[in-house]
Amino acid sequence: MTGQLLEIRDLHVALPEGSERRYAVEQVDLELAPNEILCVVGESGSGKSLTARAVMGLLPAPHVKVEKGAIRFGQEDLTRVGDARLRQIRGSEISMIFQEPMTALNPVMTIGDQIDEVFRFHARMGRKERRQKATALLDDVHLPDPAQIIGAYPHELSGGQRQRAMIAMALALDPKILIADEPTTALDVTTQAQILKLIKELQAGHDTGVLFITHDFGVVADIADRVAVMQQGRVVEAGSADKVLNAPEHPYTRDLIAAVPSLVPRAARQRSAEPVLQVQGLTKVYRSGGGFFGLGGKERKVTAAKEVALELRRGETLGIVGESGSGKSTVARCIVRLNDADEGQILLHGSDLRPLGRAAMRPFRAKIQMVFQDPFASLNPRTRVGRIIAQGPLIQGQSPAAAQDRARELLEIVGLDARAFDRYPHEFSGGQRQRIGIARALALDPEVLVADEPVSALDVSIQAQILRLLDEIRDRLSLSMIFITHDLRVAAQVCDRIAVMRYGVVVETGSTGEIFRDPQDAYTKDLLAAVPGRHWLPARQDAIA
Amino acid sequence: MTRENLAHFWRLYRRNYSAVAGLAILAAIIALAATAHFFFPDDPFKLAGRPMSPPATGGFLLGSDSLGRDVAAGIAHGAKTSLLIGLVATLVAVGFGALMGGLAGYYGGWIDDLLMRTTEMFQTIPSFVFAILLVAIMKPSIESIVIAIAVVSWPAVARLVRGEFLSLRNREFVQACHTLGMSDLRIMLGEILPNCLSPIIVTGSLMVATAILIESGLSFLGLGDPNIMSWGFLIGAGRTVLRSAWWVCTFPGLAILITVLAINLVGEGFNDALNPRLRERR
Repeated sequence: MTGQLLEIRDLHVALPEGSERRYAVEQVDLELAPNEILCVVGESGSGKSLTARAVMGLLPAPHVKVEKGAIRFGQEDLTRVGDARLRQIRGSEISMIFQEPMTALNPVMTIGDQIDEVFRFHARMGRKERRQKATALLDDVHLPDPAQIIGAYPHELSGGQRQRAMIAMALALDPKILIADEPTTALDVTTQAQILKLIKELQAGHDTGVLFITHDFGVVADIADRVAVMQQGRVVEAGSADKVLNAPEHPYTRDLIAAVPSLVPRAARQRSAEPVLQVQGLTKVYRSGGGFFGLGGKERKVTAAKEVALELRRGETLGIVGESGSGKSTVARCIVRLNDADEGQILLHGSDLRPLGRAAMRPFRAKIQMVFQDPFASLNPRTRVGRIIAQGPLIQGQSPAAAQDRARELLEIVGLDARAFDRYPHEFSGGQRQRIGIARALALDPEVLVADEPVSALDVSIQAQILRLLDEIRDRLSLSMIFITHDLRVAAQVCDRIAVMRYGVVVETGSTGEIFRDPQDAYTKDLLAAVPGRHWLPARQDAIA
Repeated sequence: MTRENLAHFWRLYRRNYSAVAGLAILAAIIALAATAHFFFPDDPFKLAGRPMSPPATGGFLLGSDSLGRDVAAGIAHGAKTSLLIGLVATLVAVGFGALMGGLAGYYGGWIDDLLMRTTEMFQTIPSFVFAILLVAIMKPSIESIVIAIAVVSWPAVARLVRGEFLSLRNREFVQACHTLGMSDLRIMLGEILPNCLSPIIVTGSLMVATAILIESGLSFLGLGDPNIMSWGFLIGAGRTVLRSAWWVCTFPGLAILITVLAINLVGEGFNDALNPRLRERR
């Protein structure tokens, strides 16, 4: 094939001995044409990132290395060129942007100096000319007031601005290829939409070929020209975006796409008249600083939640949706009394939980339980699964035998083998651990389950399973659920009602159908407009429901 | 720890050859201390023969000192003292340090301020000088030496444990215990402590070596328990005759060197085996 920018042929990347599989990347063939965006999609462990890193020569040596195959760039094979040549190519001809711009930028150098470095290493230019080019670049990526940002340090910029600065750096020398490794995963949806737009715009303007690594089919639908789907280190399907997204051939691709939650809210259910939990005027202010008996620095105050009002009725799922820093987690933590709210009422069947002390709160603990976000941090690594689940009932005074029986029963309810009882958490995958976390929350027979981003750390196929499980147990155990999420697709599929939060304030509340059909608040409209791939309807609508 | 865990631990530990060697040496020293009464049934302070006999003469394997005491017997009996003091002092220091650090890290706020400022106060005085001072105030005895060593060693443990508690108390699994209504004591002992045992064991094992050094230093200066034979005392006694009878100082000195080295190797081995993040280093 000619006219390709990059050709990857039969690439094998070997993992160190004793790993789960021999190759992280196996028999991978990919090509990238100029002025094309190729999206490499896959779940965690599919080898998509290592493929990108192999192109840059950035594999974590000496454990992981290219064993076979070629990466042809122009006349050269990148798996064979020397380090000196590779350094030349990096940055000037192939450049890369990373997931987390905060760690990819040097925190003690100004943005301007970091862009300047790129020019100094790769091009001969005077100091003044370099400065001018840097300012122009920052302007190109639509950063406000480039002259001021050039002297700013990374921590002074927002996440989106940092990613823009990274992109400016990556594009400084007009590379032929841009490799983007999950560049928007750490960003909020509205920022993500802007960054995607920017990448597309710059790519078209410079004829750059973009190798875009992502796990999100919505993002793929928004920007891809061509798509390659990876599973277990192999490319299982590759083709034009339209073909892969709308007429997938490989069963794995079909499963993945079917697992993407639809943006069309599911059918509304009858709403019960009985309120279970009412939150009124909830306000929480975080204070920091002031250490050493109050003699330290000045105290800083951040209002994380301001006069939040929510109502949860029996059997319904209330979604709290918002971007990072909107205060949605704070509200959840105040409701389960992990944090103490400063003002307001948290009424469970009419009795206010907010003023209760630890001892007085204990009988109510069983009524409200929480499912946490990170399945790896939420289980004690040194405690056996059976004990983790049985702990709650034991504390609440049940007999050990009864608590253990209940734990075994719960393992079955959440779809795990009873043999899991005597194992340690590290023997389970992320999705299975989340099931254990759910079982722990259910052990006390709660009435209200507060789930704080329960699926955002999981791959999309596992995510679908956990959402289905949550739905199932809600109906089976007649739970009411508060579901915190940043993902509107997920919210559309699990929530009956949605409260949208921003800067600690609930800007809009309504039934899921209403909010998606006819959002009232401007911010809700922005959020909905920013959902990646909103014009693309996955082939199967009944994926979750 | 179950047997299966122990086997796993040993597999990891075994990969570090110098740590295995350290463990073997340490086992030999412990055996020496345990059999001291069997091989050297007499009081090590007893005058056993001609003074200043060089090694392997006059019935002395390692020679005798200026008063005719058997150096080999002194080393064997001294091993007991050194190991005992090292172990007990470390246990006391780790126990107290973990308590202070745990409370400070878990509760934070003014409790943290109070406990950590106290800890810092102890850290401002150079530890050996502080130990001398403490032993001089109390009268020199095996108990006062243990107390002195523990008092100068606990702040390091407290700081370590505080850091671990601080990072663990906000982990989701600990918060999950709060939502279950678990009491603070149970969360601290049952949930957080097991998760920071590894660094505590590693530090503790290294502290034994330091404790032995401090003890030797104290007895060298004549602040040891006068009724108990120890390596530091032997060196102190032989120091004046270093040029005419080199063996009196040299052999106890080597004993200290080898023991401290062995314990450090074992500590390093523990660190490699217990700290999963460092396992990939080799």
